[in-house]
Amino acid sequence: MEVAKVENVTRTFKIGEVETRALRGVDLTIENGEFTALIGPSGSGKTTLLQLLGCLDQPTSGKVLINGKDVTKLNRNQRADLRKSALGFVFQFFALIPTLTAYENVEMPLLLENHKPHERRERVNQLLESVGLADRAHHRPDQLSGGEQQRVAVARALASNPSLILADEPTANLDTENGKQVMEIMQKLNKETGVTFVFATHDPRVIKYAHRVVTLHDGLIEKESRSQ
Amino acid sequence: MFQIFKMAYRNLNRNRRRSILSALAVSIGLALLLFIAGIVNGEMQGAMQTTIALQSGDLQVRAASYVEEKSSLKWEDLVANPEDVAAQIKKLPQVTIATPRLFASGIINTSSEAIGVQLYGIDPASPANAPIVQGMIAGSFITPDDQNGILIGQTLAQRLGVKVGNQIDLSANTANGNVNEQTFTVRGIFSTNTPAYDQSTIMMPLAKAQAFTGTQNHASTIFIMLDNRDLSNSVAGALTSPGYQVLTWQTMNDLVLETEQLANGYMVLIYLIVLAITATVIVNTLIMAVYERTREIGIMAAIGMKGRRIMSLFLAEASMLAIAGIAFGVVLGWLICAYFAKVGFYIGNVGTNYQFLLGDRIYAMLTLSDTITLTIIALVITLIASLYPAILAARLEPVEALHAQ
Repeated sequence: MEVAKVENVTRTFKIGEVETRALRGVDLTIENGEFTALIGPSGSGKTTLLQLLGCLDQPTSGKVLINGKDVTKLNRNQRADLRKSALGFVFQFFALIPTLTAYENVEMPLLLENHKPHERRERVNQLLESVGLADRAHHRPDQLSGGEQQRVAVARALASNPSLILADEPTANLDTENGKQVMEIMQKLNKETGVTFVFATHDPRVIKYAHRVVTLHDGLIEKESRSQ
Repeated sequence: MFQIFKMAYRNLNRNRRRSILSALAVSIGLALLLFIAGIVNGEMQGAMQTTIALQSGDLQVRAASYVEEKSSLKWEDLVANPEDVAAQIKKLPQVTIATPRLFASGIINTSSEAIGVQLYGIDPASPANAPIVQGMIAGSFITPDDQNGILIGQTLAQRLGVKVGNQIDLSANTANGNVNEQTFTVRGIFSTNTPAYDQSTIMMPLAKAQAFTGTQNHASTIFIMLDNRDLSNSVAGALTSPGYQVLTWQTMNDLVLETEQLANGYMVLIYLIVLAITATVIVNTLIMAVYERTREIGIMAAIGMKGRRIMSLFLAEASMLAIAGIAFGVVLGWLICAYFAKVGFYIGNVGTNYQFLLGDRIYAMLTLSDTITLTIIALVITLIASLYPAILAARLEPVEALHAQ
């Protein structure tokens, strides 16, 4: 089953008089349960594609479908709702809310979905357990290491049981050991829960975890390969 | 909802000094407003009380033809048999005091100058003299049969350099248009803490004043106090009779009332200026918070928080700042007003005249209704001001917000 599909998508940014064509007609289908890497040099359009898949941005032309629904027709609030229920994000910088504890950061998407308190407690504890941070639940981001923060971000991305998690350079700010740990956790969660991961990366050590590698160049898909 | 307030509280705590300073700006703004309201109200109420107690009374009954500005002493312009008239008026149950008074213009001649004064002929036994009796600072009060004793205001005494027992040379107009002159002895010096009054007032017993000005058995007015000032119009109605005019404290003190209205108009302007400054501080703080936390707003948007919710987070921060600031501001304002209600705010002689008797100190008088009104206005204006930064936060595009540094 398709989780996400982009059809002939272009995205042009206009900065002053200069137009930059970040994506120049991309077609891509992401199947349920995939663990896919988007690779390519800087400026190849990886992040732009990820943002379109994540409903954070709108294409200049073409269609973006999430769970079969064309998201280009949705308004701001509807896109926010879709992000809340169907999508999870892990960013390059450890995108946690600094005033909230690890527990509260993971709880946030559940609060937005109005889950009952006991459901939230159970789910958050289970998620923190699964990323190995049960004992760090009540620490604030500034009391956690980079690797720990990124694992909290992964737990948060999973909180509302999304069908697709998008990770933009998730290991770029981590050392080898922590990067490995984060990738292994994502891989484990992908296997255990079947949630689909798409991540953009430069890092060859990360690429080896992917089942499918999509290479972008100058806003177009250059090649695709599958492992296993 | 609870979570929003929890986050708002923690966000405020993140930059605690800035939050405290912003809340303090609201506090000081509100305290200042309450102080201004207390002082202006105190000034107006004080001026009204003083003018009524010393000058106008609650009501006055005069001859129909009497014109105050002229201080006429012609018999036809005066109240004849004033003691009898006062006694009649006193029979009304609402009337607590009714006493005849004679007003005349006089001149004190010294070796170097001539000073214009207001001469009062009073019944020394009347309780209407209470403010003077209480204000005696030297000598003793005059007695009804004193033939050459006077009371003199402190400021005037200082200007003349006279003490109790000294003599002064006083001349005054008389009923038939002549001028009479006599040397009087200072029996006592009084202070009402009202510069305009104390610098030009001389009092003598009514009988002596009548003899001095040739107005035998006549008085300028019957000075009346009521047990309830609000009844002045109905009592005035009851007192109306041919040949007399009855004046209420409102009509006699229209200058004070008009000044009060004018002051209230200016007050609105001052309120707006102070509140605008306060609101600017709040807007500034919140806009800084929005810019500092742009990426965080992007994260919240990315995980599905809608604009409305992001806006309510910033509004929650604003309302917490506002409520904390206002709570402290009310306390501060009340304390300042309580201090100045007790000690007074010294203004000295501001050069007002007999129609507007202002004490040399203003005693702050903060009313509950002013407090409530200003508190609500301050809260509403602060919250309205915080809408702009909140909307700014809610309108950020997630992608752009996420890429902010």
